[in-house]
Amino acid sequence: MKVSLFIPCFVDRFYPHVGVSIVKVLERLGCEVEYPEGQTCCGQPAFNSGYWDEARSVAEHSLDVFAGSDVIVSASGSCGAMMKVFYPELFKETTRHFDALKMAAKIYEFSDFLVSKLGVRDVGARFDGTVTFHDGCHGLRELGIESQPRELLKHVKGLTLIEMKEAKTCCGFGGAFAVKFPTISTAMGEVKCASLLETGADCVVSNDSSCLMQIQGMLQRQGKPTRCLHLAEILART
Amino acid sequence: MIAFARDFKKAAARVTADLKQRAFIQRALGGYEATRDTTRRKFQNWSEARQAASEIKWEAVNRLDKYLQEFIAKLEARGTRVFVAADAGQARDYILRVAKENGVRSIIKSKSMTTEEIHLNDALEKEGHSVFESDLGEYIVQLRHEAPYHFVFPAMHLTREQISDLFQKELGSEPTNDPEALTMIARRVMRQKYVEADMGISGANFAVAETGMISITENEGNARLTCALPKIHVALLGIEKVLPRLEDLALFLPMLATMGTGQALTCYNTLYSGPRQPGEVDGPEQFHVVLLDNRRTELLADSEQRDALHCIRCGACLNVCPIFKNIGGHSYGTTYQGPIGSVITPHLRDLQNWKHLSSASSLCGACTETCPVGIDLHHHLLQNRHNAMREKPHWWEKFLYTGFVFLMCRPGLYRVAGKLGAIFFPLHKFVNGTPLDPLQNWTRTREFPSPARESFTDFWRKKKLNGEGNHGAH
Amino acid sequence: MAPTDQREAVFARIREALRQPAPHRHADHADHGQEDSPVVDVPLPDSNAFRAWLPAVGASLEDQIVLFAQNAAQLKADFRTVTSVEEAGRQLAALARENNWKRIATHRHHFASGLDDKLGLPCLSTDIGYATTDLEQCDAAITGCDALVAQTGSVLVTNPGAGGRALSVLPPHHIVIARRSQVVPDLASALQLVRKLYAPNWPSFLSFITGPSRTGDIERILVLGAHGPKKLTIFLLP
Repeated sequence: MKVSLFIPCFVDRFYPHVGVSIVKVLERLGCEVEYPEGQTCCGQPAFNSGYWDEARSVAEHSLDVFAGSDVIVSASGSCGAMMKVFYPELFKETTRHFDALKMAAKIYEFSDFLVSKLGVRDVGARFDGTVTFHDGCHGLRELGIESQPRELLKHVKGLTLIEMKEAKTCCGFGGAFAVKFPTISTAMGEVKCASLLETGADCVVSNDSSCLMQIQGMLQRQGKPTRCLHLAEILART
Repeated sequence: MIAFARDFKKAAARVTADLKQRAFIQRALGGYEATRDTTRRKFQNWSEARQAASEIKWEAVNRLDKYLQEFIAKLEARGTRVFVAADAGQARDYILRVAKENGVRSIIKSKSMTTEEIHLNDALEKEGHSVFESDLGEYIVQLRHEAPYHFVFPAMHLTREQISDLFQKELGSEPTNDPEALTMIARRVMRQKYVEADMGISGANFAVAETGMISITENEGNARLTCALPKIHVALLGIEKVLPRLEDLALFLPMLATMGTGQALTCYNTLYSGPRQPGEVDGPEQFHVVLLDNRRTELLADSEQRDALHCIRCGACLNVCPIFKNIGGHSYGTTYQGPIGSVITPHLRDLQNWKHLSSASSLCGACTETCPVGIDLHHHLLQNRHNAMREKPHWWEKFLYTGFVFLMCRPGLYRVAGKLGAIFFPLHKFVNGTPLDPLQNWTRTREFPSPARESFTDFWRKKKLNGEGNHGAH
Repeated sequence: MAPTDQREAVFARIREALRQPAPHRHADHADHGQEDSPVVDVPLPDSNAFRAWLPAVGASLEDQIVLFAQNAAQLKADFRTVTSVEEAGRQLAALARENNWKRIATHRHHFASGLDDKLGLPCLSTDIGYATTDLEQCDAAITGCDALVAQTGSVLVTNPGAGGRALSVLPPHHIVIARRSQVVPDLASALQLVRKLYAPNWPSFLSFITGPSRTGDIERILVLGAHGPKKLTIFLLP
């Protein structure tokens, strides 16, 4: 299967190893991976701030870049939700509505792609340690990603999954929200960190790197050693 | 910055810094989700019930003129005086007139957020009427001259010690740490007020069009007493409270209880269809129903957000909102807090002064997920942001996003910009922690990651250059 | 200064607002799923449909009484099945002694007449008119009811069926005298019963009482007897 990768802007620059891990896993499973280099951004920052014309212009570029793809795998649930759920809204009553619907139909968040599209739960990974999972809100509530990451983690040899009480509570990132309302964002991050630390897990894992940026940023400031890894990084280890 | 936005940020900052209060709120709402889920699981099919509730409310709101007309006609046919108020001032004036014409001195009230919305108590007190809030939580915040903290749990922010101190100071009661003893103090005070009151003012949870009845949901019994003993009963409710049929309550009352407090059914669910009827042994001689618009028709006119009028005021969205749980109810500065409050306040008041509430959200969607009538709450927050921007864009944000578009539509330029950012990033350490730091809103409380030496795109290009195919492994 | 009713203006605004149709996510389309086909008016779900979704209620009267009893226990209402009016009378006398009743209140109710006489206590009857201050002094109220709702453990009272609005809520102990034939499965059947018994001369007051009065307003701790009765005793006669 030919898979086109969508690598969000911040993953490209700050967490490229997440993208590298995704490539590893997909190739191990026999997929032919391609990366349309014209991709830039899904447009969510403009969209969330209410600048929908601007978001539409950027989104249109994404529509063009991925027009020839059969299947798109997104490294982030947040960007995935933007493209799958909000592009059809954004392009309603425009000439590109049909293209937006087409793109929405062929885009998958990474864990969902493995479990729902490839039907794979065991990717042959090995990770020795305890892990707690943080559900990225967009993936969870816009895309229905809940069991998929957990299924994948359960099949990783050597890994013990411990659920935290506030697994499904927002970490407080929320895009521009994190810097527009920093005190509220930080407070939410504190609640998330307290909950994950309570589990005593070695590592916190998420399917969204933007959440990990928030959680890692706070844990490091607190001087806590808990590692923060994207799901793909766990699955890439053998 | 708009004054209300500034006040909001200050209030939010104050509460987020108050770890004790935050822990208290978390504890107060901590048991809610488990209790709610236990009760909800007893439903044979919650999602069908929710779908039906959504459809019934859609029908009621989208045929509002029909059902409201029926409701009014049925009430008036049996002796109720119905007054339709276009705005808060008219509603207040009508109620003041009823009080004046009937020589009312003492007024007892049961919980009504709509009366908060129109600032009724102040107006009544200015005219020399004494007003007593009979609901325990409302009574407590009334004594403290405070707004309700949460529209279902008005005093959830207070400890028993604070309430004991309050009763000591205002009522001269003995200090006590026991919630039951404190409740009994309020009960004793109120019993006298019920007996003495000339007029009872209530809200209503639902307005049944088919039979011309208002429905009031409560746990304490204070609303039943408010609507039984005084010789005049005035009920104030928003026009959107309409339900088409009597039997709809069989669905809505359990759903309201489940989502509001995790109860299968609230203690008292009472229907009133008129003043005392011939042959009845008691009840008010006069029954007035005041129907309030107060810009609900503005929200009605916004077809995209009209479903916000489906709200049954259960408070579930507040209970699950991580923003609410960390900033508390008073920070909002509005009658209605939490996600629903953030959605409707720009319509009920005005957009530009209240748009900040829609921005103060990470859009996690927990509210939409929990809403028993399926209101698309977090998407409405997005729509408010869009509408606010369309009406009045911020010049610097417009500038920023114009630049954003320019860059993001030019992949080559975008990659160069990224590369330059990575090269110059090490300079950040010189401004980190100083007022010059452009990332200070982040770095004040969190570490910011350093860009990787090699971006994913760089990795990919190298991979292609090295001719590694499907079977390549690093 | 006298405010004039604004219904014409408000209705005009409502009609104007409703000229714009709202998205009807739940409407069926004549051609299922095709967004372009005309919207078909699907009848609203009714109480028969609700029954399938609300908590289950057993079909037989015995099952329903058992369910009512379970609910009552959980609500801290005192539910007693008795075999005769005399037995109810004996238990009432015991309650009067235990709780030290000095005066009680009641009304004329069809199938337990004389119960209050046997107690030998001063008894206020709301049927003949009463002063609120007198009712306020009563320790207990004995009333009939219109129905017992199995699904929720509720007592349905109306103005005609329970001696007025205040009798069942002002005195601190409410005693309900009910018969087996008054047990109904759920709220919908109770409302249908009200319709059958009274429409179009609806009582001006009807209430579903679900347990003794309660509040959680102080630190979310449950306290019984906030304003309404602290104790609720229900006698089920044959």
